[in-house]
Amino acid sequence: MTLIDFLIEPFGLDFMLRALATTLIASVVCAVLSCWLVLIGWSLMGDAVSHAVLPGVVLAYVIGAPFALGAVVFGFLAVGLIGAVRDTSRIKEDAAIGIVFTSLFALGLVLISVTPSHVDLNHIIFGNLLGVSRSELVQVAALGAIALLVLAAKNRDFTLYAFDPTHAHALGINPRLLGATLLGLLALTSVVALQAVGVVLVVAMLIVPGATAYLLTDRFQRMLLIAPAISILCAVIGLYSSYYLDTASGGMVVLSQGAVFALVYLFAPRHGLIGRRLAAMRRKRANTRVRSASTQAGRPASAQVSRRRARAER
Amino acid sequence: MSSAAPASVTEQTSSTVGPAGDAPPAITVDEVTVHYGDTLALDRASLTLERGRICGLIGMNGSGKSTLFKTIMGIVDPDSGRVSIDGGPTRRARRAGALGYVPQSEDVDWDFPLSVRDVVMMGRYGRMGPLRMSRRADREAVESALDRVELTEFADRQIGQLSGGQKKRAFVARGLAQGATILLLDEPFAGVDKRSEATITGLLKELAEAGATVLVSTHDLNALPALADEAILLMRRVLLHGSPAEVLRPENLALAFGLDPSGASETPRDGERPNSDRADRIEGEMA
Repeated sequence: MTLIDFLIEPFGLDFMLRALATTLIASVVCAVLSCWLVLIGWSLMGDAVSHAVLPGVVLAYVIGAPFALGAVVFGFLAVGLIGAVRDTSRIKEDAAIGIVFTSLFALGLVLISVTPSHVDLNHIIFGNLLGVSRSELVQVAALGAIALLVLAAKNRDFTLYAFDPTHAHALGINPRLLGATLLGLLALTSVVALQAVGVVLVVAMLIVPGATAYLLTDRFQRMLLIAPAISILCAVIGLYSSYYLDTASGGMVVLSQGAVFALVYLFAPRHGLIGRRLAAMRRKRANTRVRSASTQAGRPASAQVSRRRARAER
Repeated sequence: MSSAAPASVTEQTSSTVGPAGDAPPAITVDEVTVHYGDTLALDRASLTLERGRICGLIGMNGSGKSTLFKTIMGIVDPDSGRVSIDGGPTRRARRAGALGYVPQSEDVDWDFPLSVRDVVMMGRYGRMGPLRMSRRADREAVESALDRVELTEFADRQIGQLSGGQKKRAFVARGLAQGATILLLDEPFAGVDKRSEATITGLLKELAEAGATVLVSTHDLNALPALADEAILLMRRVLLHGSPAEVLRPENLALAFGLDPSGASETPRDGERPNSDRADRIEGEMA
């Protein structure tokens, strides 16, 4: 088997091709969004919203509305509830997030169990990448395109919002509207990624690429390219390995993201663990050199002083 | 949420900048009261700041300095009273890009992956199209602002890789690039070396001479006379609004900081120099 065969063979199958397309779309959209989430400190919010959209999706299915609509409604509901619990009780935000998203997710699971449908619980939780239908792919592509378009158009505004919402306000740009838009896109993206890797692993796709890119650059606009590049790479690696190792595809995609993050965490030139340790060691050595040089220079001087003092006392 | 003034107030449409004399004041805060829940943050605070003036804002932590800033910017809506900027509602001033803001160091994420130039460019966003694509005028304004605060050689650095004073200057440059006519600075001298402090002071004075209005909250009482034309003592209310020397009189500071109230007299004696010992002590209390 040549390398070409090795690369082509999995995608000779229709369902594998659809799996690849879905994964690529989901990973790009999630990765771009993750850049802002990581910087605003909304990673847990991403976790919460991606879970909380489940009852919305099920209800939308029941009444025949678009999934995206149900997802966005429940995404905002979750954020509103989290804010309410945090602000009107002594519960801190992390606990509020945990309470709200698990409750809503559980509601989603219960709704699935009583809804006559062929929706498989496992598919929602762990994804059903290899079973993506043509119409699902079209929906993922459409939602993904909308999300990417808005993110690209409002790129600078979202960055301003993440960095300094007060300044946004001072310029007459409404920071609350920007925050709400970002949350809406988060809900939309969750629906996209839900189909690909399942809700449990959406969280990884919404956090890991942005965090990895953050360790690699000091330029936000570059982060926006690095994160999806990493995400695409991991999607491809994940799919191939899942095909040849006969393992869960969604799991493999996220595992490779985790592996790439670990490598970057250790070896990133500026912000990696090893690079930072080396820099610190170099600094320390330079300092001791300076210090020892100065003590050597200082000794005769102080000797002189004490001699002079001794003379004066005499 | 935003927009401080109800429609009934200050619909003076005549706020085109007229001849220097009859222009409306840059900032008018009129009997503003703000509550956060049960806490009273500002209690019928009133002040007027004319154009081209530098005003120091002095008060303890919790005296309402930040709330006053937020109210002037229209982030907080007052429960009662009103704020007008250049004779109009704050919303209009914001849309016009008139309000520049230099945040407190603790409020900034210094690890954020932006260069100094990126941050200064954000001052131009209000003047750009919806996609915030920079045009030549924007880039030129950014470069000239960087030049004025002497950060041109550091323009490509990530913002966290500047010294304390350079960081402040970067945000002042953002206000310059914005073309803000009213600058609000929250503790610009905290953690700043003396040289940067002098640079920033000089720059603010230049701006004020060119007609900008500057409101600076500061803990640095000793540096106040060299910086400000006037000063305000804030303790939820405006206790005193006068010359820096007057405000820094020990008996007046005592009013704001609640030190030794028995020694404070309502009618301070004239000609007394600010007691810098006292000022130091109060700074210690505030820290």
